[in-house]
Amino acid sequence: MIRDYFRVLTINLTTGQGNIVEVGGRNEAAGGSGLAALLFGKFGNVDKPWNEAAQPLIFTIGPLTGYFPLMSKTVCAFKSPCHNQYAESHAGGRSALALRFADLDALVITGKAEKPACISVGSRHLEIKEVHYLWGMDVFATGKYLRNMFRGSGHRSILRIGPAGEKGSPMACINADTYRHFGRLGGGAVMGAKNLKGIVIQGDASFFLPANKEYPKIFEEVHNQLTDTNMMSKYHNLGTPVNVMLLNDLKALPVRNLQQTADPHIGGISGEKFAEVALLRNNACSGCPVGCIHIGFVRERFHEENRYLYRQVAYDHEPIFATGSMLGVFDCFAVLGIMDVVERMGLDVMSAGIALAWATEAFEKGLISEEETIVPLKFGDAERYKHAMHYLAMGTNEFYRTLGRGTMVAAERYNGTDFACVLGQEMAGYATGEVFFASQALGFRHSHLDSAGYSFDQKPGEKNAGKAVDFLVKDEQGRVFLTSMVACLFARSVYNDELLGRCLSSVGYTELAEKMSDVSRFIQKLRWKTRIATGFDPRSVSIPKRFTEVVNWKGPIDAGYLKALREEYAKRILEMGADDKGKSEENL
Amino acid sequence: MKILATPRMERCIGCHSCSLACARLVHKRLSWDTAGIRIRTSGGLSTGFEARNCLACNPAPCALACPTGAYSQRKGGGVLVRKKLCIRCGECAKACPVDAIYLDPAGEPFVCIHCSRCVQYCPHDCLEMKELKEESGTDEAEEELRS
Repeated sequence: MIRDYFRVLTINLTTGQGNIVEVGGRNEAAGGSGLAALLFGKFGNVDKPWNEAAQPLIFTIGPLTGYFPLMSKTVCAFKSPCHNQYAESHAGGRSALALRFADLDALVITGKAEKPACISVGSRHLEIKEVHYLWGMDVFATGKYLRNMFRGSGHRSILRIGPAGEKGSPMACINADTYRHFGRLGGGAVMGAKNLKGIVIQGDASFFLPANKEYPKIFEEVHNQLTDTNMMSKYHNLGTPVNVMLLNDLKALPVRNLQQTADPHIGGISGEKFAEVALLRNNACSGCPVGCIHIGFVRERFHEENRYLYRQVAYDHEPIFATGSMLGVFDCFAVLGIMDVVERMGLDVMSAGIALAWATEAFEKGLISEEETIVPLKFGDAERYKHAMHYLAMGTNEFYRTLGRGTMVAAERYNGTDFACVLGQEMAGYATGEVFFASQALGFRHSHLDSAGYSFDQKPGEKNAGKAVDFLVKDEQGRVFLTSMVACLFARSVYNDELLGRCLSSVGYTELAEKMSDVSRFIQKLRWKTRIATGFDPRSVSIPKRFTEVVNWKGPIDAGYLKALREEYAKRILEMGADDKGKSEENL
Repeated sequence: MKILATPRMERCIGCHSCSLACARLVHKRLSWDTAGIRIRTSGGLSTGFEARNCLACNPAPCALACPTGAYSQRKGGGVLVRKKLCIRCGECAKACPVDAIYLDPAGEPFVCIHCSRCVQYCPHDCLEMKELKEESGTDEAEEELRS
């Protein structure tokens, strides 16, 4: 629906009331990331803690959602239990198209339900249902129940948490439609803190298209670029797991808690191996013909007399790195087995894997013992990791509860900070060099997708912190616009500025099309301002010693260059977060 | 006379490109519902996808049920649609044995007219246009095994 304002549904779980709010700012904040920051400013409180009931859980889509291929993702924003600061997490599944066809630009959930609840919302209904009997259920069982409890299957999105979110772990994710996640920064705990077990979004409205000939033509042009050309073959073919072998060849794949950056047994968990023996089928987020979801399986004999069951498990590069190479597990079915536990419990696979990698090294070094870990952790022992994942999600003892609050939290407690692989949050699967480490440590979402740090590392060139940070800041600006549309970042090579402008004009957002550069800069600054207002000081970010010990294809990490990058990026973030009139740190 | 067939739904990834194409090109709408083909799972995303679309019945129960001739029998199978005659009674959707007709909130029916526009948008070739056979006795599966 084309609107020059945002149609926002707010739901207060304390009062059980919903409200439709028309929020201005379409031509400044666009949607997605921009809208989320705008709405946090309106509904959030920068000072109060993340789990204060009044704090909002925000879902936003953008002006192009559903109108074009790969405009298929949703931005989720909240104050994060990881750092108590403003954060975003992105996911697809059916969520974006469901919100579009529920005729909403955003969903803002505040308050806390008295008993576990599930929201059901569509274009013509809103219900908050008490679901205490679902509390404690894993992510998949919950999904199956929610499917049957609410009417209208097929064209709807089911967001839900597992036990990890219920227990408030900052490593808890929000599962979106079984195979995708609002994975990082603890969105699952935000839902848990609100006693919100699930959200079912029915996409049951339809809209007339603008009556011009451009729109269907541009749609076809984009569709063809995404499906006929090689531009998306990485995602369509092996998917992101193609990176496993590529990075291993560069000696830039984190292995065994980043003790190594390559391994001779990598063939057991490469994208090629998964495709050869474990890939059952592919899936797509609604609105995406590329279909990068790769689904493998685990097979389990549950009884001596050859009684078997199977479960499907989606895999990607980051999960393979986090539960495979990082834990020294090099068998793809063993890795899928660990991922399966993580998924069922509703944990963020990346944070959980890195946390156990740290715990394994701490265990090896004697800093912790079985009294803490319950099972004796060992790199390569997948069975023990499956148990450990369960303990981590459930917070079975004090150690796992501490670890669940963050790898660095545990590392500080047990004196293992040097080898905690945390860059703002648990690291992503790239050891490509100084620029990536700095970009994740200081990035807005502490994500490898904030900017192309890991590919900048792979380009030849002199070490120039100013130039590198210029690149990161400019790249972030472009990506922030994409995540305000909301595009899947995998389509970033297709959706260049020229095409985005034509797309926006063809559906009627001509003002946005004309001032894309101003809008993206505004959103970039607004996000940083919001995060800084909630307590982020980029100068206080530190990078653990382990990262300075990395040796990859380029040679050893240059600690001096890393420090220079960190300082330059911190300076630029403070500039972006300042008022335009030139005041900087005094404002913070 | 060709009809839309969906012979390779095991390949379906649930992208809804077919539905969105029909809605966009035939009905000038942004929708995954107001379309002649609609995609849903068999029972949750782990179970794979099914298509709901007109199977070109001959005779077509929806045409028989239509009181105004808005849906009338298409030669060979399926229906010819004359929207101006539609009074939104919903009898067509009730009559359809395979739930192929979508009624929007205003009661307007949407059915596949076998125009083939959706086929090229499927990234996995799940869909095709198939020639309607004259006799109903042919065993297609046996023919395929023989060839």
